[in-house]
Amino acid sequence: MTSTGLGLRDRVTRLVEAATTPLLPRDYLDLFAPLRSGADLRGKVVAKRHETADAVTVVIKPGRGWREHVPGQYIRIGVDVDGVRQWRAYSVTSDRAATDGTISICVKAIPDGKVSNHVVRDLRPGTVVQLDQATGEFTLPAQRPAKALFVTAGSGITPVMGMLRNHLDELPDAVLVHSAPTAQDVVFGEELRAMAATGRLRLVERHTERDGFLKPVELAELVPDLHERTTWACGPAGLLEALEEHWAAEGIADRLLIEQFRPRVLVTGEGGAVTYNKTGTTVESDGATPILDAAEEAGLIMPSGCRMGICYGCVLPLREGAVRDIRNGELTVAAPGDGVLVQTCISAAAGACDIDH
Amino acid sequence: MTVLQKKSDNPVAHLSAEDVEEIGRRLDAIRQEVVDSRGADDAAYIRKVIDVQRKIELASRAVLLLSKFPPAWFIGTAGLSVAKILENMEIGHNILHGQWDWMRDPKIHSTTWEWDMASPAEQWKHSHNELHHTYTNVVGKDNDLGYGIMRVDEDQKWIPLYLAQPLWNFVNACFFEYGIAAYDLELGKNLATEERRNDPKFKAAAKQVLKKIRKQATKDYLVHPALSGPSFVPTLAANFVANLVRNLWSHSVIMCGHFPEGVETYEKTSIEGETRGEWYLRQMLGSANISGSKAMHVMTGNLSHQVEHHLFPDLPSNRYAEIAPKVKAIFDEYGLRYHTASLPKQVASAWHKVFRLSLPNGWMAATTPKNAPQQVAQLYKLTTGGPKVRRAYDRAQRAQAEQALAA
Ligand SMILES: Cc1cc2nc3c(=O)[nH]c(=O)nc-3n(C[C@H](O)[C@H](O)[C@H](O)COP(=O)(O)OP(=O)(O)OC[C@H]3O[C@@H](n4cnc5c(N)ncnc54)[C@H](O)[C@@H]3O)c2cc1C
Ligand code: FES
Repeated sequence: MTSTGLGLRDRVTRLVEAATTPLLPRDYLDLFAPLRSGADLRGKVVAKRHETADAVTVVIKPGRGWREHVPGQYIRIGVDVDGVRQWRAYSVTSDRAATDGTISICVKAIPDGKVSNHVVRDLRPGTVVQLDQATGEFTLPAQRPAKALFVTAGSGITPVMGMLRNHLDELPDAVLVHSAPTAQDVVFGEELRAMAATGRLRLVERHTERDGFLKPVELAELVPDLHERTTWACGPAGLLEALEEHWAAEGIADRLLIEQFRPRVLVTGEGGAVTYNKTGTTVESDGATPILDAAEEAGLIMPSGCRMGICYGCVLPLREGAVRDIRNGELTVAAPGDGVLVQTCISAAAGACDIDH
Repeated sequence: MTVLQKKSDNPVAHLSAEDVEEIGRRLDAIRQEVVDSRGADDAAYIRKVIDVQRKIELASRAVLLLSKFPPAWFIGTAGLSVAKILENMEIGHNILHGQWDWMRDPKIHSTTWEWDMASPAEQWKHSHNELHHTYTNVVGKDNDLGYGIMRVDEDQKWIPLYLAQPLWNFVNACFFEYGIAAYDLELGKNLATEERRNDPKFKAAAKQVLKKIRKQATKDYLVHPALSGPSFVPTLAANFVANLVRNLWSHSVIMCGHFPEGVETYEKTSIEGETRGEWYLRQMLGSANISGSKAMHVMTGNLSHQVEHHLFPDLPSNRYAEIAPKVKAIFDEYGLRYHTASLPKQVASAWHKVFRLSLPNGWMAATTPKNAPQQVAQLYKLTTGGPKVRRAYDRAQRAQAEQALAA
């Protein structure tokens, strides 16, 4: 485009903005085309398919701004559960070649899980969800390994399924050891068995109700050439820790890549250290004192207003951590990237907190 | 209305301290019920209102492109007025209160929202949420009480200037959004001295307001008319009328909230060390509701439930209707006046107060068709006579009141 053309475009943009102020043109466009290019990244749920009794594949048509993912990577999706926006990470499982511009994730409902149960039971096709671009390092290198081993358990199969669906043909020697309570609980069970039947994948299924949890020593028996392999592991923290120890002991820690699903368990109790990233200050505060008071006592300049929870003049993003509403004891937890906004005047620390201020 | 503490028949005299705290606990429980049950339906409600409002606005502005044709002008102007009212009342005001912050949707959040109003959201949140809602009806602290330009209380000394206050009030109603911007800036106070005028903080705020006004005016009075081509003038007129309608409407609704006769006001000293229960009580007696249809409630931004809104300013507005009966039950049980009436009644009552207080204390009540000539003569004297005459009148009024009380 020529420079005068650009100038024209700028002028048109400015004119349209002048016509929509105080809103932006996109606030109106979002009403009609939430998935258009240039919009915040969103996706539309186009289908849902049960994989097991408590796991579903969700097929999503991402907006025009979607950039290709690398199999093994995950996306963050924002869904409204009981009217509240919740963000969670899910690995992309879809086959890039076979899909029509859609991607899919597979979500397994965990006991009391807010988002996973909502997605499995209530999320309806047609719903628009918020998305982030795919990210993550749990992927295959461009130079495919001569010998690969995948160790997964439960829903930990998902990133590996993404790799197998897209790249199994490029892996000359691949072994998958997968644990699930029973044969029926194996997510993607049929598809994995079909892959194994073609001879391209060696599949070892472990049914923990019968065989017990997998131990690294047993793994070494099942896959004797384990040190010659590059290994990708994804599953419960206990399994991953055991594998890391074993690989370290064997001196091949650099051959193991792991993906952890579960965010670090927050110690939520009474009080904690509150860190303000912009000022670099950390303030110890107890479980009964509002964060606002504790910070001010420590000399920080904080936004505030009524100091009684009605004006929202004190709202700041909680980057990570847990706070308790001193009025009703309600806990608000934030994982990195969430940026949950909290009213500091009625929130006390309920664990270590990182506040954007 | 005389401040509560000076009233002979104090409407809360029959309540014990324990009663007041019990009222506070019961109101807290009502609040908690709503907080616990906020959910997908509420989120769907506000998203629907926003969606509908934006579509009405787009459609009306599109129709106005042909505003040369009178039917298009009328439909477009009506639509735009409705859209502007919804945008200010049910959407903007309530989002800026943080009523929808719990959804954690950054697009519908008190910290990110900007509205179709002369006053920037940031400044309005300070003067409205922090000052007005915290110091509701406290004479000398709550700017909403008369917006600093009116006599809204017997205890404010009467001066002849106040005779013009009905006119002020009407002018303020027509240009309400600018009035709000002016008192969010505390223009009266800040323009008063050289030092205040030059305060960088004030200057920055004033600049921000002017910028906002310029953008708003450019949209309504330049860009939209220009896009209408041959309909330039009618479209400009349509925008002016829509803003006028919105201003008159929001002014009326807001006047109904705290102005009607019988709404209580408070002295500055009365709120020192106020407990939560006492704060609630002040809100209960300092607000008035408007009764009416569902559509009316939506168009007032549910400020028709002013009592409930002042008790729980951060609860979603669509829930006020459902808690109103429970709140009223508490009023009834504790023998308090739940102030509610239809829109025409409340507007009339508020205007009655504006007129009554534009005159010296007691003058309006004492005036009958028979004694009108003498009363007018007296008013003339009070207006032209200087402070001494007025003090004498005040003394006589007080003596009369004491006599009446003694009898
Ligand atoms: C990089 C990454 C990729 C992921 N990919 C997938 C995926 O493909 N499929 C999938 O189903 N999940 C995946 N997860 C996990 C997912 O993001 C959620 O943590 C999970 O769905 C639980 O969310 P929830 O809202 O249902 O539970 P919450 O309501 O957040 O938690 C409920 C309870 O369960 C515990 N809990 C939280 N997460 C887990 C967990 N993973 N396992 C067991 N207990 C937990 C919590 O401590 C809490 O006590 C991934 C996570 C990460 C970080
Ligand atoms: S200071 Fe008012 S809500 Fe926090």
